[in-house]
Amino acid sequence: MQAHQRMLDPTPNGQHSGDSPLLRTIGLTKRYGDFLANDAIDIDIWPSEIHALLGENGAGKSTLVKAIYGLIQPSAGEIRWQGQRIVLSGPSEARCLGIGMVFQHFSLFDNLTVAENVALGLDGKESFKDMSARLEQVSKTYGLPLDPRREVWQLSVGERQRIEIVRALMQDPKFLILDEPTAVLTPQEADQLFIVLERLKAEGRAILYISHKLEEVKRLCDTATILRGGRKVETCNPRRETAASLARMMVGGEIKEVKAASGRKTTVPRLVVDDLSLAPADAHGVRLEHISFELKGGEILGIAGVAGNGQDELFAALSGERLAKDPGTVVIEGIAAGHLSITQRRRLGAAFVPEERLGHGTAPRMKLSENALLTGHAASGMVRRGFIDTAATLKAVDRATETFDVRKAKRDPEAASLSGGNLQKFIVGREILRSPAVLVVNQPTWGVDAGAAAVIRQALLDLATAGAAVLVTSQDLDELAEIADRIAVMFHGRLSAPLAASEASREKLGLLMGGSSLEPKEAAHAAGA
Amino acid sequence: MQLVLEKRVERSGTIALVSPLIAVGLTILTMVILFAILGKNPLLALHAYFIAPLTDGYSLQEIAVKATPLVMIAIGLSLCYLANAWNIGAEGQFLIGAVAGSWVAVKTQGTDAGAWVLPAMLVLAAAAGALYALIPAICKVKFGASEILTSLMLVYVADLFLDYLVRGPWRDPQGFNFPTTAEFDPVATVPLLIEGGRLHLGSIIALLVVAAAAILLGRTIKGFEIRVVGAAPRAARFGGFNANQLIILTFAVSGALAGLAGIIEVAGPIGHLQPGISPGYGFTAIIVAFLGRLNPVGILIAGLFLALTFIGGEQAQIAMKIPLDVTKVFQGILLFYVLACDSLILYRFKLVFPNRQVSRGAG
Repeated sequence: MQAHQRMLDPTPNGQHSGDSPLLRTIGLTKRYGDFLANDAIDIDIWPSEIHALLGENGAGKSTLVKAIYGLIQPSAGEIRWQGQRIVLSGPSEARCLGIGMVFQHFSLFDNLTVAENVALGLDGKESFKDMSARLEQVSKTYGLPLDPRREVWQLSVGERQRIEIVRALMQDPKFLILDEPTAVLTPQEADQLFIVLERLKAEGRAILYISHKLEEVKRLCDTATILRGGRKVETCNPRRETAASLARMMVGGEIKEVKAASGRKTTVPRLVVDDLSLAPADAHGVRLEHISFELKGGEILGIAGVAGNGQDELFAALSGERLAKDPGTVVIEGIAAGHLSITQRRRLGAAFVPEERLGHGTAPRMKLSENALLTGHAASGMVRRGFIDTAATLKAVDRATETFDVRKAKRDPEAASLSGGNLQKFIVGREILRSPAVLVVNQPTWGVDAGAAAVIRQALLDLATAGAAVLVTSQDLDELAEIADRIAVMFHGRLSAPLAASEASREKLGLLMGGSSLEPKEAAHAAGA
Repeated sequence: MQLVLEKRVERSGTIALVSPLIAVGLTILTMVILFAILGKNPLLALHAYFIAPLTDGYSLQEIAVKATPLVMIAIGLSLCYLANAWNIGAEGQFLIGAVAGSWVAVKTQGTDAGAWVLPAMLVLAAAAGALYALIPAICKVKFGASEILTSLMLVYVADLFLDYLVRGPWRDPQGFNFPTTAEFDPVATVPLLIEGGRLHLGSIIALLVVAAAAILLGRTIKGFEIRVVGAAPRAARFGGFNANQLIILTFAVSGALAGLAGIIEVAGPIGHLQPGISPGYGFTAIIVAFLGRLNPVGILIAGLFLALTFIGGEQAQIAMKIPLDVTKVFQGILLFYVLACDSLILYRFKLVFPNRQVSRGAG
């Protein structure tokens, strides 16, 4: 509140350092060719302030924080740190000043341990042993448990994010930038993070908080700056706004609400999992134990759970990336499919959307048309006698582009050049346009902006309405509440009995996600022998 | 001022085409310095290397003859490398192919065997090359053994095996004790394209291989599989492509092509089996594959260029007494620059001027 008042002071510069903003940008502009990613942006960040940065994908949020963090050089305008103009030649200089950043896309080396990754980001003056001890200390203090000795590739997305946060905190920053930190957290984990952030604020640090979750911003942030199309729209106090008014400023219009067609009818079981158990692929993976559920046409089953509780393993077992011993444990469209390859399962009418967009769902450095072929070759008439029908693959790209409003620079760019939201719309579109009977989706809107998320959720609902069985794994409970008919929870490789969405309160789900059972006899061993 | 490498948003198509040319330019520049140090006139040396061979018909034919095995092997290697399978042992597969094909020629020597002899030699050579390449491939898939090491080590096994055969069981009785088989019969010899010239049928086969590879990689699902497995292994598994199967396949194909190149060389320009049938074709082909951007047409051009350096090297030795080993130095430097320039496809150089000192510890 007070911070907001001070922000309106036109001459903070003339005052002594305690009353000047910690960081301010004046007319910050970044031009890529003819494209203005940031157009004369003024922003003031004060000590002890949690400042939200809001905006759709492509609004210029990332560009702005990259400039502040020294990753890119602004084309015009300046950045002032504690009243002095600075020119950052790189992130290490920013870190020296006390600017820390936690990225939405993690910059971790998969083959190194947690401690080694953290060591790489520090200046290396302390011994590795001391650093590891401090790492454990910091992670414990802030309630972000981490085992320094584990290798990153074995960790879930949620755990990976913890490394990034702890790494930033270990540098004792005065100013911390967080890019969509709660996108991968449970409500309880998010609450935990908010406690951490409130504490950092009380310690006098400033936080720039990028998020799409408007309720969260209202709850947590003192100030919000909204960007649209590279320009600053407004700086306001989010607590005085409604989620709807914030969304309007972001989008510059109303957001379509996701609507389920009323009276969706369930039909025959299309995906049946019967007592599926699977040993982990590596020593640190999660063992799937006695998972059973039945999913009918016209129905959306949500799977909630903290990252790293077997969701990825379940996805691999359902998709056929890993095969089950007993064919009957996975039944697609009435056919035992546990032993079938992913291609054969696609031919039965199943489609899959994995969590990682780049490198799993798509080959990053290949064109969209080639990425359409990646999953389309199984059953879309894109291949005839071993030869690729290039026109058909391009048509698939065009259809996904039109139906799902995928924004891209040219007709057939490389997957890696699309923004997260647009690439996710392409991937979901690629699968849905094949009219699957069964769709298995992992984290459909992870790190995707509000507009794209709404489009994707609506598409999932429409698909179910059209008669498909849809399985959605998500860590976003609001998302599951919005679209799922029933919700089950994964914990330590086990799946709870599904609850009807109307009965699945956040509290109940939160308990299950933490490993407690509601009715011990039924829920915990619902699938047991 | 600081020179930094900045990642490009999308890979640059222009640079992908230009980068081999930059590499060639830098190599020539380095060679000029090297010639100057050797006390030779750089301009005359360059003329001997790159211009003189292009000015007479015999040398031109010789370039095509030398390019034939290079291109055939490099095409096979490019399939492996695209699929992230590192076959370094094409030299060994080349030798084994030559040995297997020669077996037919040696056994039918002096008999009235008919026109089936040469086709049988070609088929057997390809099969033997493929089988020989499958050893490292299967070790890789079954036991996780590094295919780089196993395929390389098998080169020396093949080399010594050939040596044993031509010094022992297959030695020509009328050969004055030289380690060589007898000259192959006409039915066991690759026919010439020009009467009295050097150009032979193998060059046509090499062109067909280039065309087939271009179709495979550009138009077929199998070629797509090969490219995805190399570019994004996890996405490939999600696509339903089996990386291990492709390691086996690409190794087998590249082994077959190397083996075929081996017998064509022996039954063509050389005419009999002897040690030293290859001046390192299997290794030089690695350079050809990368200089050609792992692209079939690029490989054809790169193969001709590398062949030019072989012929030019000989000319420079005769005319200017420049050691023949300089050709190998040239090829090594070229590979170095090619790989270095490739980083420009995904990255670009950028000069950063920090125009003011950053204030530290101000608070």
